[in-house]
Amino acid sequence: MRTLRRFGAEGAALVVATVVFLIPFALMLLTAVKDEEQAIDLDFAWPTSWPVVENLMAVIEARDYVLLRAYVNSTVLTVASVALIVVFAAMAAFVLQRRPGKVAKVADLLVLSGLIIPPAVVPTIWLLQTLGLFKTMPGLILAEVAFNLSFAMLLFKAFIAAIPRELDEAAQIDGCGGVKLFFRVVFPLLRPVTITVILTSSVAVFNDFVNPLYLLPGDDNATVQVTLYNFQSQYSTQWNLLFMDIVLITIPPLLLFVFFNRKIVAGMTAGAIKG
Amino acid sequence: MTRQDAGPRTGPGLPTGHARATGARRRAAYPYAFYLPAGIVYVVIFLVPTVMAFYFSLTRWTLFDSEFVGLQNFRDFFAEQNLSIGFANTFVYAVLTSGLKVVLGLLLGVLLTSKLRLRGFLRSVVFFPVLVSTVAVGITFSVLLRPDTGLVNKTLALVGIDGPDWLGDATTALLSVALVDVWKGVGLATVIYIAGILSIPQEYHQAVAVDGGSAWHRFRHVTLPLSWPATYSVIILSFIGGLRSFDLIWTMTRGGPGFTSDTIASIIYKQYQAGFYGLSTAGNVILFVVVTAIAVPLTWFLGKRQVAA
Repeated sequence: MRTLRRFGAEGAALVVATVVFLIPFALMLLTAVKDEEQAIDLDFAWPTSWPVVENLMAVIEARDYVLLRAYVNSTVLTVASVALIVVFAAMAAFVLQRRPGKVAKVADLLVLSGLIIPPAVVPTIWLLQTLGLFKTMPGLILAEVAFNLSFAMLLFKAFIAAIPRELDEAAQIDGCGGVKLFFRVVFPLLRPVTITVILTSSVAVFNDFVNPLYLLPGDDNATVQVTLYNFQSQYSTQWNLLFMDIVLITIPPLLLFVFFNRKIVAGMTAGAIKG
Repeated sequence: MTRQDAGPRTGPGLPTGHARATGARRRAAYPYAFYLPAGIVYVVIFLVPTVMAFYFSLTRWTLFDSEFVGLQNFRDFFAEQNLSIGFANTFVYAVLTSGLKVVLGLLLGVLLTSKLRLRGFLRSVVFFPVLVSTVAVGITFSVLLRPDTGLVNKTLALVGIDGPDWLGDATTALLSVALVDVWKGVGLATVIYIAGILSIPQEYHQAVAVDGGSAWHRFRHVTLPLSWPATYSVIILSFIGGLRSFDLIWTMTRGGPGFTSDTIASIIYKQYQAGFYGLSTAGNVILFVVVTAIAVPLTWFLGKRQVAA
């Protein structure tokens, strides 16, 4: 009886969770592969025809290949931002963890502020304008770096705390000074947490919608998120194309998730708990 | 943070030769210059605008020149009904989303740490929406919540309920977006709870088992109190996130119908688009004050309870 009830509860939980969490994805996939006429119904009926390739090509060719350019932009943005975040955050977190004192206290406070305080949007635009970086990719990259540094520093700092100081001292006796000590000895040891930081910040930057919307307006520079947002008003009748675009945008995080599920979850929970 | 000439460390007593030597060695090994790249970007792109916002919020501003108008922008913000509504909505949204994420996250956390087959599969299913683009989630749910053809109302119709126009009705719009926010974010709360529950020493569960306690007993007296640090993280994280939230509201309702689902963050964008930069920045300052006024005491209060527990 008890096992029976457990099976029942287990089954119910499974069904509810699957329905609630997978149905939206089912709608995305089904609508993306339907023809225009059937996609308008926006229901869960099985596709009568499968114009997968046609839909895919139509989305890619739309508005003079805007989606391809958006993919290039998003890739450049993500790769450059994440590279800078990793190097900058690792260096700062290393000194922060190893050299306690007044400076470290200030740095800790700034890290915390960076996690909590919402960026002041229009003043950021004003500042980038002054620097000649408004509406440019480098400007957006710097903004992403500034807004995502704090979280990366938390992860790095916690990891560096577990690396024994004796190692630094041994390296110093071998004649490694600051730069060499960090880049030759310490940084390679940070590999596990570096991968975590790369994964979590890639997802954050790739999925970011607000900052590209404010700081990099215009079709030429649009990232995939902004393009999708614009498609929403443009494709109000071609739902199959809109959802094909959604599917394309969901693929990169899905791939990361399939390959690095545990690392992503571990990084996000560790960052949350330490923050 | 970026100061390089921080001087020697001053400890109690006279520095001995040895201490001075290690101090010098520490300076060489851990140079403050390492703060520079991160510090410069952070200070210039994040800190300077944050501080300047306080000044610009007191001006009528066109990016190129600004005219000081005192507290006029703030007066506008609280006097005009379509602006002040965002203030109340922001709180409702943050309380609702963080409350639901705590309750559902805890329940799912308990469920997914029990001896369930397919546990791994379920964990993945619950967590994946965290990684999906908010814009994509917003569009998909707008479709599911359509009044006539949406799946939600079709399902409700099966049991004889005439569902409302979720996003088009002023009474349900904000609520609907908040629920979608929970759908997308509860996975993070769940994995935080899973980590918290798994870190509870097995002895506690065994003790309850020896005393013949029920599952409810175990939940009430072991899991719930000892997963307090997880609750603390989830509350802080989702409350701050809820106060700042913009993407989902903007994709699903654009603050509509009318201004009924506007939050501070969406008003900031609307005023920016309309060219009222000073007013928009005043919204930013208000958001800053609200977030700090809530996050700092919350961190302090919850942190204290954490130590006590």
